[in-house]
Amino acid sequence: MSAADAGEAGEALARTHRQEWVRVVASLARRFGDLDVAEEAAAEAFAVAVERWPHDGVPPNPGAWLTTTANRKAIDRIRRENRRDDKQQEALMLRDEAPPEPLGAVDDDRLRLIFTCCHPALAMEARVALTLRMVGGLTVPEIARAFLVQERAMARRITRAKAKIAQARIPYRVASAEDLPARVSGVLAVLFLVFNEGYLATGPYTDPLRPSLTAEAIRLARLVRDLLPDDGEAAGLLALMLLTEARRTARVADDGALVPLGEQDRSAWDTALIAEGHRLVRERLASGEAPGRYQLLAAVNAVHTSARRAGDTDWRQVVALYDQLVRLDPSPVVALNRAVAVAELDGPQVGLALMEPLGEALAGYRAYHAARAELLRRLGRSAEAHAAYDAAIGLPGNAAETAYLRRRRDGA
Amino acid sequence: MQYLVSVLNDSNELATPEEDAAIDAFNDKLQAEGHWVFAGGLGAPASATVIDSRNGEPVMTDGPFVETKEWIVGFWIMEAPDLGAALRLAAEGSKACNRRIEVRPFL
Repeated sequence: MSAADAGEAGEALARTHRQEWVRVVASLARRFGDLDVAEEAAAEAFAVAVERWPHDGVPPNPGAWLTTTANRKAIDRIRRENRRDDKQQEALMLRDEAPPEPLGAVDDDRLRLIFTCCHPALAMEARVALTLRMVGGLTVPEIARAFLVQERAMARRITRAKAKIAQARIPYRVASAEDLPARVSGVLAVLFLVFNEGYLATGPYTDPLRPSLTAEAIRLARLVRDLLPDDGEAAGLLALMLLTEARRTARVADDGALVPLGEQDRSAWDTALIAEGHRLVRERLASGEAPGRYQLLAAVNAVHTSARRAGDTDWRQVVALYDQLVRLDPSPVVALNRAVAVAELDGPQVGLALMEPLGEALAGYRAYHAARAELLRRLGRSAEAHAAYDAAIGLPGNAAETAYLRRRRDGA
Repeated sequence: MQYLVSVLNDSNELATPEEDAAIDAFNDKLQAEGHWVFAGGLGAPASATVIDSRNGEPVMTDGPFVETKEWIVGFWIMEAPDLGAALRLAAEGSKACNRRIEVRPFL
């Protein structure tokens, strides 16, 4: 085998893993009704591919090759472990291996897998872990690293979630029409959590940005959006992620400090992602449907990314969008973000007055103290600004944020 | 597939007449739709006795095996095809008896 062949096989493997993992796992899960079997057989099939493809060449239809190999592995495993009674085993082996008739958009194996992994009867952290493992194809060590947990603890979490799915018979299907909207919002919440963990990592000692995690969240959001094209919030979440991701590289300075939106080098923003995000936001606006939370947040980000310079930002539009968001979600965090926008429009004094009543609810929230410090600084109330920066720095957050807050405090 | 649907109580108040009526209506529905297996109410934890015969002679202890603020005041055993269906029924049951509910599958 030449080095070129090996490189080609490696690339094909990586691409196939990205494109086919969820399809392979989902079809096995449907056929064998067991997430454990599905996942292990898929992983084994990819391991065989890693061994063979560099020597034998990449098969003409890599996805079909993997599905066939994984099916065989699953049957071997069931035989070996004898985990089912003979009759059931026989039924599984005899079943037609031909792919079923193409199903409608919502009746898709992949979507079924996503809904199973994001079932509300599972704890949120289990949903996130299981989705990244089963749908995203991330390895357990990768997921453990992303969420700063011990590998063994993460493996246990995933095993426990799979056991609950099997034992409590969490149905392997898309929610029924009546509770679909509620279930979709749970799926989107899982993806948003993954994205945010990559965009603003929580730990003080990790990289502030983890592009592999944001990329994975975007990939899964695209998948959900493709599978549920009529869901406005799925489109909104994808747009929100794209418009946020577009600013990633401009967001951390060479010295590792966070660069706030107003100070970012806008020429470093990713114009392709912005164009795609804007397209989705316009599409949602044109639909005439009342926007949900993600669509409104996406629209806010569309306003920010439309301004060539920070000074050109249409803050009136941003405040109007936050007004709508407050009506949907009257939480203190949303009120804080609205107050920040109002401060830009009507001045720091007005923004500060809106923030004061939130102090009790957000005492432990870093962004609250940071936003307040910024407005106090602008008003020349240095001593109070200093104290507010100190309060923010004292709360947990990531390293880039801390570096930025320190610099601000020392300049205040 | 059968599920144990336990009703959690955190006070010594018994069900009000309105709650009783709602529970009756819910039970009728379970029976009509083929989900009914069994249901019953339980005495308060103070009425419990714990028995331990692991060392030969039974040793009896007065009171529940664990002290908690919440305890099981009654239960349903329901027949349902999967957890989704069981949860939908349990949601109605929680509304009917006006209490929190725990759902667990039989093995």
